[in-house]
Amino acid sequence: MPMRRTKSSKLQAVSQILLALFWSCTFVWARNPTNPSSSVNHTNIFAPASTPAKSIADLSVFVLVITGIIFIVVCGLLVYSLVKFRERRANLNREPAQVYGSTQIELAWTIIPILIVVVLYLATARVIHAIQDAPEPAGAVQVTAIGHQYWWEFRYPKLGIVTANELHIPVSDPSHPTPTFLQLLSADTDHSFWVPELGGKADLIPNHPNRMWMDPQRTGVFLGQCAQYCGTQHAKMLLRVSVDSPEDFAAWTRSQQQPATQEAGVNAGKRVFEMNACMNCHTVDGTPANGRFGPDLTHLMSRVTIAAGAAENNHENLRLWIQDPSAIKHGSLMPAMKLSDADLDAVVSYMETLR
Amino acid sequence: MSSNAITIPGSQIQARPWVDELHQWVTTVDHKRLGILYMLSALLFLVIGGVEALIIRIQLMHSHNDFVSPEVFNRMFTMHGTTMIFFVAMPVLFGFANYLVPLMIGARDMAFPRLNAFSFWLSFLGGLLLYFSFLGGSGLYGAGNAPDVGWWAYAPLGARAFSPGHSSDYWTLSLLVSGFGSIGTAINIIATVLCMRCPGMKLSRMPLLAWLNLVMGGMVLIAITPLSAAQIMLLIDRYLGGHFFDTQAGGSAVLWMHFFWIFGHPEVYILVIPAFAFLSEIIPVFSRKPIFGYPVMVAATVAIGLVSTSVWAHHMFSIGMSSYANSFFAITTMAVGIPTGIKIFNWIGTMWGGRIQFKVPMLFCIGFLFQFLIAGLTGIMQAAVPFDWQLTLSYFVVAHFHYVIVGGILFAIFGAFYYWYPKMSGRMLSESLGKWHFWLFLIGFHLTFDVMHIPGLLGMPRRIYTYEPGRGWDTLNFIVTIGAFIQAIAILVFVANLIISYFKGAEAGNDPWDAWTLEWSISSPPPAYNFATVPTVASRRPLWDLKHPEDPDSRYE
Repeated sequence: MPMRRTKSSKLQAVSQILLALFWSCTFVWARNPTNPSSSVNHTNIFAPASTPAKSIADLSVFVLVITGIIFIVVCGLLVYSLVKFRERRANLNREPAQVYGSTQIELAWTIIPILIVVVLYLATARVIHAIQDAPEPAGAVQVTAIGHQYWWEFRYPKLGIVTANELHIPVSDPSHPTPTFLQLLSADTDHSFWVPELGGKADLIPNHPNRMWMDPQRTGVFLGQCAQYCGTQHAKMLLRVSVDSPEDFAAWTRSQQQPATQEAGVNAGKRVFEMNACMNCHTVDGTPANGRFGPDLTHLMSRVTIAAGAAENNHENLRLWIQDPSAIKHGSLMPAMKLSDADLDAVVSYMETLR
Repeated sequence: MSSNAITIPGSQIQARPWVDELHQWVTTVDHKRLGILYMLSALLFLVIGGVEALIIRIQLMHSHNDFVSPEVFNRMFTMHGTTMIFFVAMPVLFGFANYLVPLMIGARDMAFPRLNAFSFWLSFLGGLLLYFSFLGGSGLYGAGNAPDVGWWAYAPLGARAFSPGHSSDYWTLSLLVSGFGSIGTAINIIATVLCMRCPGMKLSRMPLLAWLNLVMGGMVLIAITPLSAAQIMLLIDRYLGGHFFDTQAGGSAVLWMHFFWIFGHPEVYILVIPAFAFLSEIIPVFSRKPIFGYPVMVAATVAIGLVSTSVWAHHMFSIGMSSYANSFFAITTMAVGIPTGIKIFNWIGTMWGGRIQFKVPMLFCIGFLFQFLIAGLTGIMQAAVPFDWQLTLSYFVVAHFHYVIVGGILFAIFGAFYYWYPKMSGRMLSESLGKWHFWLFLIGFHLTFDVMHIPGLLGMPRRIYTYEPGRGWDTLNFIVTIGAFIQAIAILVFVANLIISYFKGAEAGNDPWDAWTLEWSISSPPPAYNFATVPTVASRRPLWDLKHPEDPDSRYE
């Protein structure tokens, strides 16, 4: 019997050391930007691309180091006492010394944690203040983001642009910062805006305006999605943030400010759009369609995806989406329009002119 | 103090018809039988909640899986969370408190035996109501519906506009009903501990288990009341045209969050403090030493209880509170780590210099210490508010709180089952099956919940029924699913052990672990009246005094 106990305690110790190693690997793996999974996913919190995300990542590393040291010390004490004070043949029938406590030791392991907490708190409070109370500079881009079941509406009040699901913002040069400040609102349930490489989460709550900002320092597409459970299709409420160079952003702004193109060849489709319920929910600027329940379609074809990122924006998907939205996104609030094939083709052709 | 109980003639001689036996159990007011009823109902719901977890895990095994529809997935995580918190964790802990507190303080029953039975049946009825939603959830529209608003049912998702039918009503009513049951039990535990102690058992001589359950009872009174109030307000919103949380009519979604989390965070401690209580009884016995720093342990528990009532908004760091509010809840949340740390150090101090026996109850307690340490440290990470802006609502949080509830609380509960099963049944649980249970569960637990942290760091939000390929989440989720199945197998081993040992286990005798508290002085299972003569105690370890008259504890306290 004593032999078995020894084995079991060693097993315990070995397994705990293995676990400790596993844990350190976990964080190294997540932090290592060269590993293949993090270079493609674009949603790694340890690959920050803007100032708020960067200061969060720096604070995270600081906290990880401190908690890592605590882990090693406490786990070391635990493993040591398990191995050293296990029952052996030599002490089998002898009760150990009955010790009831020690005021000095209790004081030591009360005061040291208090000091650690004070340090952690000060570091935390500094970053909270730096991110949350940052003043909005004059050149900042303003965006109002409105959460809907299950898509995003983006309005640029100063630029007069309304778009959906794909946010375009300018890259911010640290010497001439052009950060983007978002005001976050909700049209229905709670949502949360989360693009991990650009910043932490900020919830969109009805009757409770929230705000966040970001100043991306490299161009490219950043992915994210709704993080607060908002209903059936919470999973497919995806986010794309396109960080454009100043020239690209200016070009995008100019094209989005135009009213919808009016091509004579697709009048049939336009009529289908306006004779059916489509126009109750969707806006096409410059036409009678001015619904606000669904995404603005004025420049639909400038977007890479439809259905809040659930599908690529191409002819087949558009057609399928209009015919039977639940085939792409079951539970979406867009109704199946049940159009005839001719009407369907006409309306898809019309959509494809909305660049 | 008597170590051999009187047997009542007739109680073991003739076998009763099973209807009589069942009637006895249903109408019982005996704290021990009610305790066992609590545990059995919790085990039943554990299996149901576990099946729901497996459905979730199969669905998330790889990206774009369509094992279940989004609606079913949303019901599964809602029911899994609600079941595990309200109908597994709380009942099983109340069951142990019911069974053990009177025995450990030398009482013959709880202070209010009939209230005790009432509370149990209310809690159980709550669970049945929750599951009845599968049949009645959508009223006349058909079966198969259940609450799908998440276990915290954030407003306005629970409002009628977004949750038509009756599924949310079953959720509300079941929490309301079982909440009243919890309040009844809490009052009972508090009254029992304060009024029913045997002669000589001063508060300063009470076993830590009784102390910790006293604190737990107080926290239930503080935490469950706002939850019940919020449920009533929600019912008023849904049926009487109220506008507390109805945002479309100017109500406040944030108000619901405050109500829910001022319940929700103390709830974590309502669950973990009884788990601390098990450790505080089991670790000393298997280290052959008294608990290290008894007064400090009591003080730390009371401190946790007090501080934990002012940390709730750390669940709401992303809603846009002011930077001052965020800082306040950061410091209170970090502060709660101090008394918790003291407890971990004291348990290590108890083992230090002892003679540690690696019996199965102790193995589970060691697992607790290790995992609770990690859970506490990931908790500190989330108290660092900006870090939490990234971690909250992601799989990191899911991994963190399962580390607390499974890696911590459930491990302690398993330890408690192995430790007190002999007292309750008169038979030992099999050590070899117990070791299979422990190692399988340990491996499954770590595969599942260690790995689950990483998708959170890589941007995977919680509560999504599917996810896009190419985010680096597939492999990790697959490993997590495998771990979940290993845990399920371990649970089956545990249930088999409970059943097989009940019939074939070795006779336990009064005191199989050579322990020191009063429940081990009487027969296993104890007679209905517990103690033939009410014991008198002179120290915290009355049985140590009895076994070591040359060196009694009473000389040092």
